[in-house]
Amino acid sequence: MPLLRKDLLGLEGAGADEINLVLDTAASMKEVLGRKIKKVPALRGKTVVNLFYEPSTRTRTSFELSAKYLSADSVNIAASTSSTVKGESLKDTAATLTALGADLVVLRHPMAGAPHMLAGHIKAAVINAGDGAHEHPTQSLLDMYTVREKKGGIKGLEVAIVGDVLHSRVARSNIWGFTAMGARVRLCGPTTMMPAEIEKTGAHVYSRMEEALDGADVVIMLRIQLERQQQGLFPGIREYAGLFGLNEKRLKLAAPKALVMHPGPINRGVEIAHEVADGIQSVINEQVTNGVAVRMALLYLLMGGGPGEVAN
Amino acid sequence: MRLLIKGGTVVDPVRGTLEDADILVEKGFIIEVGPGIEAPGAEVIETRGKLVAPGLLDMHVHLREPGYEAKETVETGCRAAARGGFTALACMPNTSPVTDNRSVVRYILERARETGQSRVYPVGAITRGSMGSELAEMADMKEAGAVAFSDDGRPVAGSGLMRRAMQYASMLGVTIISHCEDPGLAAGGVMNEGFTSTRLGLKGIPSAAEEVMVARDIILAELTCCRLHIAHVSTQGSARLVREAKSRGVPVTAEVTPHHFTLTDSMVEGFSTAAKVNPPLRGEADVAALREAIADGTIDVIATDHAPHTAEEKDVEYDRAPFGMVGLETAVGLVWTELVDKGIISPARAVAMMTVNPAQILGLKPVLIEPGAVADLTVIDPELKEKVNPASFLSKGRNTPFAGRELKGMPVLTMVGGKVVYRR
Repeated sequence: MPLLRKDLLGLEGAGADEINLVLDTAASMKEVLGRKIKKVPALRGKTVVNLFYEPSTRTRTSFELSAKYLSADSVNIAASTSSTVKGESLKDTAATLTALGADLVVLRHPMAGAPHMLAGHIKAAVINAGDGAHEHPTQSLLDMYTVREKKGGIKGLEVAIVGDVLHSRVARSNIWGFTAMGARVRLCGPTTMMPAEIEKTGAHVYSRMEEALDGADVVIMLRIQLERQQQGLFPGIREYAGLFGLNEKRLKLAAPKALVMHPGPINRGVEIAHEVADGIQSVINEQVTNGVAVRMALLYLLMGGGPGEVAN
Repeated sequence: MRLLIKGGTVVDPVRGTLEDADILVEKGFIIEVGPGIEAPGAEVIETRGKLVAPGLLDMHVHLREPGYEAKETVETGCRAAARGGFTALACMPNTSPVTDNRSVVRYILERARETGQSRVYPVGAITRGSMGSELAEMADMKEAGAVAFSDDGRPVAGSGLMRRAMQYASMLGVTIISHCEDPGLAAGGVMNEGFTSTRLGLKGIPSAAEEVMVARDIILAELTCCRLHIAHVSTQGSARLVREAKSRGVPVTAEVTPHHFTLTDSMVEGFSTAAKVNPPLRGEADVAALREAIADGTIDVIATDHAPHTAEEKDVEYDRAPFGMVGLETAVGLVWTELVDKGIISPARAVAMMTVNPAQILGLKPVLIEPGAVADLTVIDPELKEKVNPASFLSKGRNTPFAGRELKGMPVLTMVGGKVVYRR
């Protein structure tokens, strides 16, 4: 199984069977999360290191709790790439973590490919928790989990991803994941933020949001980084929100009961209007809960739990 | 001491001919060329089935000295050149300190004299410190031995200054070598912009970043009548611009590297820092266009852009790795495997692209195989197959994307001034 042979580095090339295995395992984990005492001894004695080279509250906390609910020991290392310029290289950090006895390393890094490099230098399993603009596979898996749970399946759905696709690792992982699961992916955003030749992924590109939303079953909004304005990628928040913001009127163009998703943290009133973020079609908070279940499943699958066993 | 190079096929890059002939060398000079030379007492170098070419010249090398001796030194660079079949090389000025004044030029020449392996021709910086703000003392550097001027790696962004630099260079009769890259379009990119960069989430450098500057510099060459040489052409569009400019008689020449006529950006797959180079490896259409431009004469020179780095510098996150790959010890093999063996160019033209053509651009007297000429020779075995093994490189740099690739047609003997400096 390439997706989880040793590491989880990305969803490009993953098959529906592999993704379904993760989602099925996550369903068992979600059951654990619903218990009064939401802790199982499945990974007792295992050590998880959360190595974060970028600030992150939700992803780091999600991984930390996932490890704790499975009784693994976890430590957080908040590293900054600026300090490692003078200090330890990622290669040396890998050697240190191996010597310390880490069984699994969760890596968040601002540079694409860093988890691949770490995985090549370390015996422990590596989970990519977001690398530059490359991939964020656990986010995509929790997005797919949420959609599968709400819609009963993924195949045949129209999934619209809207915003800064150029810099989005969430978009890339979701293109691979949802496409592998049989959905049709639509991309929409300013042409300045659409990566070169993205249509070769099989996704369909729209520059008008109305067209991208028309009949969509799932709408995934991406966070717009305000610094992109200084880089000359868009003229300003006002115009961006006008062209690509999700408001109630636009949401009506999507299929009835379309799901509204966002990887967070959200810019209210910019890419998403607050009525929509807090509206009945929004599953943004459920995404967070499902993130814990999906990450528990991944820790379990990568650290010894056989695919057939249920954690209890 | 007399040397008889016997039984080989002599390549004449000027006439474009191959002719079986022996070569007799004495005191560093060629004294006789012809069939069936008898020279009792001479040491015989058997070259049956091999090509004997005038010594090859690589006009685009980074020797790294002074300043970056951990990457390469004049000595190791020259040894690598000798192993790669090059008897001469031109070295780029992005050293530390930058080669922007007479004393650095003299220092490099002095170091080269000490090693004696290759003829070294320093290229001076166009601007002081390659900072792109004031002209460097080109005339003084020329007098000290600089053969051309370039801000390689740190291209002159300001068009006004580039115009003045070219006007000044035309007064001196020297060539400006331009590394064409628009900083605003390259904008921190780390590989070719295309589907691979999109998939990998790496920042792309569009072809336009090169082509905009190729177009600018061609226009400035027309304005100033300065001889312009475009370094490491990597795109279809650049090849088209050079072809069009040449057809109008603009004094422009161009080079292509073996990696650009062989590899595509798919080599970056898996975040391979060995494939990180500037200009970046491009797409298949670009590689095809470069081969066509080599075949039709748009491209004058094959040069390596040999850019050694240490293993530590390359064994990092892709974004953080420096640009560049070594090339001296794989160039001839790639030219033979990819261009000559595939019939894109003849052996004589391949040799011309690494001898008389670059010599002319740099204003050097071309090395020829004729009585009275300096005995700088390269012997190539067109049938010899060898797998690229970076551990065997004489360069300090091992940063090559060609490791494990089988090449056919390798340099087997290199002679500088009648002295064998490398024998395979």
